[in-house]
Amino acid sequence: MADVNRGNRPLSPHMTVWKFRANDITSILHRITGSALTLGAVLIVWWFLAAAIGPDYFAVADFVITSWIGTLVMIGSLWALWYHTCTGIRHLIWDTGRGYDPELVARSAWIVVGTSLGLTLITLIIAI
Amino acid sequence: MVELTLPKNSRVVVGKTWPKPEGATNLRTFKIYRYDPDSGSNPRVDTYFVDLDTCGPMILDALIKIKNEIDPTLTFRRSCREGICGSCAMNIDGINTLACIYGLDDVDGDVKIYPLPHMPVVKDLIPDLTHFYAQHASIMPWLETKTNRPAKEWRQSIEDRKKLDGLYECVMCASCSTSCPSYWWNGDRYLGPAALLHAYRWIIDSRDEATGERLDELEDPFKLYRCHTIMNCARTCPKGLNPAKAIAEIKKMMVERKM
Repeated sequence: MADVNRGNRPLSPHMTVWKFRANDITSILHRITGSALTLGAVLIVWWFLAAAIGPDYFAVADFVITSWIGTLVMIGSLWALWYHTCTGIRHLIWDTGRGYDPELVARSAWIVVGTSLGLTLITLIIAI
Repeated sequence: MVELTLPKNSRVVVGKTWPKPEGATNLRTFKIYRYDPDSGSNPRVDTYFVDLDTCGPMILDALIKIKNEIDPTLTFRRSCREGICGSCAMNIDGINTLACIYGLDDVDGDVKIYPLPHMPVVKDLIPDLTHFYAQHASIMPWLETKTNRPAKEWRQSIEDRKKLDGLYECVMCASCSTSCPSYWWNGDRYLGPAALLHAYRWIIDSRDEATGERLDELEDPFKLYRCHTIMNCARTCPKGLNPAKAIAEIKKMMVERKM
């Protein structure tokens, strides 16, 4: 895709000078968690597939997924799922034209982060 | 396109440290982006020291003082010094705002000043706004009518006039558009918050008779729908307007007119 033609002019700094706050950080996290969830989903599907193929193959997949690094990825995916759900609801509210005041945006950012962490903890307590 | 790093000719290097004014006790440090198109070298950040005891209260006062007393080559746009012309928009302490209505006491520590982000730089703090203005012109920022001209003026009720509050105040300083990551990566095709706020200002004007055409023109995956409600525009607007909300209203109208 073509960028705006700048000729020989330099491009002014952006990422390095902009002060990121709750509003833009929660926005990029929504995208990152959305993409990262594909990885979690692939792992789960692989786990099920392995179970369908046979006990030997399942043992391998189960070892990977229940290893400490696999557990970490799964807990991360769990939070990503809750976070993406919460920010998704936030987006739905925005789509109705509500919640655009910058102060409200900052507050709902913290609510989304807190709620997703809380729900992750509750899910873990129920699951374990 | 998302390009997180700057092109080679745009990387910022450490610049010159200018001498401190003699006999001053109340000094403030300014780190200011400099680019000289005639030198052929990369942009740099110069350090200046300003005596606050003999300086006005605003960022613009300090910039003018530097230009008058320390370095006459420092280049920036300014005019009205009261937040109505939109000329002195720049990135101050990490957000985009107008230097003339942003106080020195609004900034903690060293005052870091850069041109508006992700824009072609003409010189020092002056970005090239050609494309930004062309995008504004593309949304037809004028009254479009089909019926015959009235004998006097186009009348509007007090309620309908109220719908323009929070929109007509925009001074086109480009702070919002250049704060938007979506505009950084897709500014060639995404209209950006400023142009879209102006588009909405004409869409909801009760006297305008081209609402449908205006919406048709915006119904595009890039022009309108690159807005992902990141909300930097509303946070940074020096006039306290809310472009994100205006864009949301346009998106709503797009859905509503299909029902």
